[in-house]
Amino acid sequence: MTTAPAQAGWRFRQPSVIPGFGLTLGFSLAYLTLIILIPLSGLIWRSASLGWVDFWAIASDRRTINALQISFGTAFIAAAVNVVFGTLVAWVLVRYRFPGRRIVDAMVDLPFALPTAVAGIALTTLYAPNGWIGKLLMPLGLKVAYTPLGIVIALIFIGLPFVVRTVQPIMEEIDKEVEEAAATLGASRFQIITRILFPGLAPAIITGFSLAFARGVGEYGSVIFIAGNLPYKSEIAPLLIVIRLEEYNYPAATAIAAIMLALSFLMLLIVNLVQTWSRKRYG
Amino acid sequence: MEVRVANVRKEFERFPALHDVSLDIKSGELIALLGPSGSGKTTLLRLIAGLERPTRGKIFFGDEDASQKSIQERNVGFVFQHYALFRHMTVADNIGFGLKVRHGASRPPAAEIRRRASELLDLVQLSGLEKRYPAQLSGGQRQRVALARAMAIEPKVLLLDEPFGALDAQVRRELRRWLREIHDATGHTTVFVTHDQEEALELADRVVVMSQGRIEQVGTADDIYDTPNSPFVYGFIGESSSLPVKIENGEIWLADRPIGLQAPHAPSGDATLYFRPHDVELLEGCSGCIAGTVAASRRVAGTRRVELEIGGERQRVEIELPVDHPAAQKSRVAFRPGRWKLFPAA
Repeated sequence: MTTAPAQAGWRFRQPSVIPGFGLTLGFSLAYLTLIILIPLSGLIWRSASLGWVDFWAIASDRRTINALQISFGTAFIAAAVNVVFGTLVAWVLVRYRFPGRRIVDAMVDLPFALPTAVAGIALTTLYAPNGWIGKLLMPLGLKVAYTPLGIVIALIFIGLPFVVRTVQPIMEEIDKEVEEAAATLGASRFQIITRILFPGLAPAIITGFSLAFARGVGEYGSVIFIAGNLPYKSEIAPLLIVIRLEEYNYPAATAIAAIMLALSFLMLLIVNLVQTWSRKRYG
Repeated sequence: MEVRVANVRKEFERFPALHDVSLDIKSGELIALLGPSGSGKTTLLRLIAGLERPTRGKIFFGDEDASQKSIQERNVGFVFQHYALFRHMTVADNIGFGLKVRHGASRPPAAEIRRRASELLDLVQLSGLEKRYPAQLSGGQRQRVALARAMAIEPKVLLLDEPFGALDAQVRRELRRWLREIHDATGHTTVFVTHDQEEALELADRVVVMSQGRIEQVGTADDIYDTPNSPFVYGFIGESSSLPVKIENGEIWLADRPIGLQAPHAPSGDATLYFRPHDVELLEGCSGCIAGTVAASRRVAGTRRVELEIGGERQRVEIELPVDHPAAQKSRVAFRPGRWKLFPAA
């Protein structure tokens, strides 16, 4: 060979015998740049052109802060609720055989497929003070539609499949023998769930949580119908961005968007760190 | 602890996996359940553990009826073929698990659990690996951890389901000897399931041969090998050859000639003659013997295995000859089995 690696200088480590690494990597990078990187850097560039003082004025505006709080707060609560009940649904689907299981299984995907506006309108009709469910909750002093609680419910609806579909395959892989081993060692059913099954599922549950949360933060269509959109009370950040855009206040819109981007990035970073930590432990 | 299996029947959705099985296991005994797949050996083991409930019959631990007790209450150590270790726990936590999940006063303090775990690690020759995770161990090491974990709860019985089945031959032989040593040192009543007859005969005090949900024979390695009590055991354990014969007045006939073997107590009629290929006496000339044409001859390790075609029906049997025996060169060989057994024709 005339071109020994030493002479070739720095080069990519040949990752495998499968050909086409250069081509596919090049395509992937170009594609990601086009689809994700350019729009996001455009966003940052636009908000950077705003100047620090103006940016801070928009960011520290009461209405902006409230909108962000509502967006992230409701998304967090909804994701947390989905973790509990989504895991439960996954458990039922994986562990039990009952008539109609396939239908229930297919039903989980409905929030994926349904246009979000349709979901929003349906939920609003149900939970409005004169709706089927809203009518029953009214005497209890519980107002769902047009409050942050309504937003949470819409986000629970939207986020459920993310948790179920990430937890379900991992749950299916659980070895029955591991549970049997724990039982022969004297562990009760409860101890088996909390000490054996749950730690094994934790990484999947965290992933499901972060997906549901990320989806909830960005959700627009289903929320604006049920939220009522009262500024300071039930106005979500994505809606505020739309409002600013309609006012032709592009700098303000991009500033809020940039803050959302930064917060989302931070959340995903934390989730990834937790993931790495748990993966290292549980291998 | 003595274990007594009394007339146990187990059905899985109407399909019987065990028919009326009874077995007495003495305290401190090392017993092997041996059989082909589907013989019910694993089902029997799981019934003793309480992982399955018998459809009928009872299982006693000592004088106590254990059949209605839950798995948790039975206090058995169970080792699975694929280890079933808890992958999110260290080796020490795996071993200590059975003690940690106990309630109230029966749970030893944390320091005591740690001490016990490292003691057991010493016993299974894995000292110093407390902090490792199962993913960082080899197959043989994982199975040792699984055994240590099972022994940590001081079980009444130790049950092992094909414990060496997933390991390679070298490690398997090593662990086999090691398990025998551990058993001799701790004296647990131990039942293990295997489909490897060499493993069963070498390791166990007594072997239980099973087939199609029934126990065929229970006995020591010598009993099982030298006096098999059914055609199945004869065929399953070691090498065997068989020939259809006819019995008349206490004499065994092959087709139209007597073969010089007497069976005074056998009823007249069709039967099958079983013998070991290596346990034959070669004869010159033939008046009362089995004679056949050499159809094939193969060298197997220290012996030569010769396939003979016998009589007009061209029935094939195998016999073993010393490598340098002149008979292997001939086209016709006559012999008479040394130890043999007759079973009524099926």
